[in-house]
Amino acid sequence: MTSMEPTPTPALDLTAKLSWRVAKNAIMSGLMLTAFLVVAVPLIAILWSVVGKGAATAFAGFPDFFTAEIPVVSRRAGPGMGPAILGTLLVTGAATLIAVPLGILGAVYLHEYGGNRKFARLVRFMSMVMTGVPSIVMGLFVYIMWTLTFGYSAFGGSLALSCLMLPVVIGSTEEMLKLVPGHLREAAYALGTTKSRTILTVVLPAALPGIVSGALLAVARAAGETAPLLFTIGAATAYNPQLFDGANNALSAQIFTNATSSFVAAQNRAWGAALTLVLLTFLITLVARVFTARLALKR
Amino acid sequence: MFDRAMDLRGSKAHADTAFRWGTLVAACLVLLILGLIAVTMTNRSWPVLSRMGLDFFTTKRWAAPDGIFGALSFIWGTLYTALIAIALAVPVSLGVALFITQIAPPWLKKPLVYIIDLLAVVPSVVFGLWGVLVLSGKIQGLYAELHKGVAMLPGFLIPALVLALGVFILLGQRRSTAGWALAGLGLLLLLFGRTIPQEIFGPSPQGRSFATAGVILAVMIIPIVTSLSREVIETTPSNEKEAALALGATRWEMIKAAVFPHSKGGLVGAVMLGLGRAMGETIAAALVIGSATGQISMNVFAAGNSMPATIANEWGEADSPHKSALIALAVTLFVITIVVNLIASTIVRRSMARSAGKRA
Amino acid sequence: MKTAPATSEPAQARSKLSIKVDDPRPTPAAKAAPVVFDLEQLEIYYGSFRAVRDVTLKIRKNEITAFIGPSGCGKTTVLRSLNRMHDVTPGAHVRGKALFHGIDLYGPNVSATEVRRHIGMVFQKPNPFPKSIYDNVAFGPRVNGVKDRKQLDEIVEKSLRAAALWDEVKDRLQHSALGISGGQQQRLCIARTIAVEPEVVLMDEPCSALDPIATTRIEDLMRALTSRFTIVIVTHNMQQAARVSDRTAFFTVELDAKNDQRTGILVEYDLTSKMFANPSDERTENYLTGRFG
Repeated sequence: MTSMEPTPTPALDLTAKLSWRVAKNAIMSGLMLTAFLVVAVPLIAILWSVVGKGAATAFAGFPDFFTAEIPVVSRRAGPGMGPAILGTLLVTGAATLIAVPLGILGAVYLHEYGGNRKFARLVRFMSMVMTGVPSIVMGLFVYIMWTLTFGYSAFGGSLALSCLMLPVVIGSTEEMLKLVPGHLREAAYALGTTKSRTILTVVLPAALPGIVSGALLAVARAAGETAPLLFTIGAATAYNPQLFDGANNALSAQIFTNATSSFVAAQNRAWGAALTLVLLTFLITLVARVFTARLALKR
Repeated sequence: MFDRAMDLRGSKAHADTAFRWGTLVAACLVLLILGLIAVTMTNRSWPVLSRMGLDFFTTKRWAAPDGIFGALSFIWGTLYTALIAIALAVPVSLGVALFITQIAPPWLKKPLVYIIDLLAVVPSVVFGLWGVLVLSGKIQGLYAELHKGVAMLPGFLIPALVLALGVFILLGQRRSTAGWALAGLGLLLLLFGRTIPQEIFGPSPQGRSFATAGVILAVMIIPIVTSLSREVIETTPSNEKEAALALGATRWEMIKAAVFPHSKGGLVGAVMLGLGRAMGETIAAALVIGSATGQISMNVFAAGNSMPATIANEWGEADSPHKSALIALAVTLFVITIVVNLIASTIVRRSMARSAGKRA
Repeated sequence: MKTAPATSEPAQARSKLSIKVDDPRPTPAAKAAPVVFDLEQLEIYYGSFRAVRDVTLKIRKNEITAFIGPSGCGKTTVLRSLNRMHDVTPGAHVRGKALFHGIDLYGPNVSATEVRRHIGMVFQKPNPFPKSIYDNVAFGPRVNGVKDRKQLDEIVEKSLRAAALWDEVKDRLQHSALGISGGQQQRLCIARTIAVEPEVVLMDEPCSALDPIATTRIEDLMRALTSRFTIVIVTHNMQQAARVSDRTAFFTVELDAKNDQRTGILVEYDLTSKMFANPSDERTENYLTGRFG
């Protein structure tokens, strides 16, 4: 059979037609791109300011800024933020030690024991509610419960921060536990392992990268919190490595105080502290991402 | 060999039960803390609340020396700045989410998501610092221009434009909710509120004002609204997207036909979650809102105050009854944000379950 | 099932294979219909991976052409290249010639949106929009500018009738399209596709998610539609291809010794009646008799 030559049908035009539809599509795509630029601009502006103004103060006469005490008279120019850095590390570290183990245990209860029972559902729900509690409320709460009785201390701040971190750690840990396949647990049970032992030696290790990543993200958020600390740690200018004794300071609180100061010197220190804090939180987030990547690799 | 009775419970039972109780205690902490918060804070705020009664929520005046505490202006400030933040953040977040999921080529997606997530990591106090030391100074000029521009226009123009936009959308799609909403709003403004646009973009613009607080809050909630919206949009079955394209639809038409019907609910929930976050944000707002007490104004350029900002700013020098009033403010804030977050999570959860169910 | 070994004797009129077909299509008329698609040495790549090569065939008007072959042979890949659906897959590109009525489908000025107005597609899993039955069928016409309600009503009825679905849904047009059965949904998708009156309807395993009764109805529908449309169907069911198609293209997958890639190739393309009775290629014969794949 001979094939006929393809006959171009008259008026078959496959070129793009300029019509209102096509124009609308192009406009919408343009708007979406604009939206992205709108987001990028403040981010770049903020980082620009922080790095620009912060680096000038923070790295002048390195490492003075990071080691010297905070000037008592805020009008005075010069470093440093040492006590605030130590305070941030102290307060956040103690909060992590409290909130992360408790959060993991709570998530273990919810996923491994509680399941879908009413009580577990209630706790899960309340945990979600708790993530929405404004940080200032947590700060006032700890003020009432602890600071009124025991005075300003780093530990008060840690309590407030751990209240903020707890529901976040519970939530992210539970998500990770859900990802552990059931057959791993069944294999352990079949060998006669008790439930608690299975959880400790099989389930948690399997979920560990994700748990660590989630916890680190909670830590990063806590390190940047200001409001809870304002009511609980006071405003010390000298180093105070004591957790329970005496007022302390933190980078976030100090930035807040200096931001409203009319003295340029104090403002400069605020920028330096901001740079330090941003670097710290970025670092923690980066480490968290590394763990997330390892989790993805494993699967 | 097995003549002794088998004790199947084993000696490890005790440790096992102990562990289980341990996890239960940890879980109960959540309930305990929330309960304590509710109890202790209401208790501490009782002196003021019992004295002022419901007037606490309806009085504008807040004068600590006189012992008069009216939270109305702070409630207004919190809600108004959150509203401004949402108005600015929602179109941007939606646009970015659509851009990342529908338009961006794969090699671009990851870096874009990274950049957005970077915004989420920056501590709020740094936003506040930038806002008060950099933005509030520079933006005042912009506000002045906006005010002059809007003041020059005849009163009916903006409402008429809104009405026209709504009608235009309705002409294309009779059942569009956006069209009806805009048309209705435009009509109402035209009839009763011709001065409202000028009131909103009012005179004597302040660098530290509702508007600046709204802008900072918007920047802070964009990452979370964007990432939630992204998740919701990605549950759209690709099957339906292909069907729309195969029928000759342009990309925007495909988004309208296949993506929006599935994502609408979830997007609303994401917006509300952002709203809840914006309302609870203390520090950034405190630094840039202007700290003007007793102000209830629609002028976005006016200085104002919000609940968290007042608490943060006045705590240092407050005496006991004053502190009690501030705690009462915190309780109010607590209740409002909880309610908003609850509604939001329910909406998001239900919409994503519905989408997933349809796909299965 | 084979009556004689296929080694030395050239394939003759005597039927080598005896594949039973219940209701075969009549052999197409002696004068061949005009060519709609002209593919020559078509290759399709995903990035650097060559998924399909050496595809040369002509698809003719108002015929049903079937693509068959084992999984991974590229039949769906070739089908989706005909209406530019690969545009949505990043990194996918084609080499070689793919002409639609003499126009290069991948030419620089050709708009994918326009192409899809002329070449529609029905998918494996029925995918109606979460709208009413009416709005589903009216979607295409609306998008293409038809606004008049009466006109839309006519188009919807005509399309649903052509898809043999009108009687079943005429009283429920405003109800959700998700409330009807799978088979009905697939017919709805067909109605939706033909509502824009394309010239070609591509079908990607349209019956694989349906039960046998629904399948039969769709096959009947296909035959009824050829008077107005050109149909290209991908199917993994040989019997279906034998029942329904005028011409069949058999694809298979070969291991490329050079770089260890599995690439699909077109083995044989012929009238269905001839291919199923006397395939020219041994690989076709092996597939049709169930030796592999």
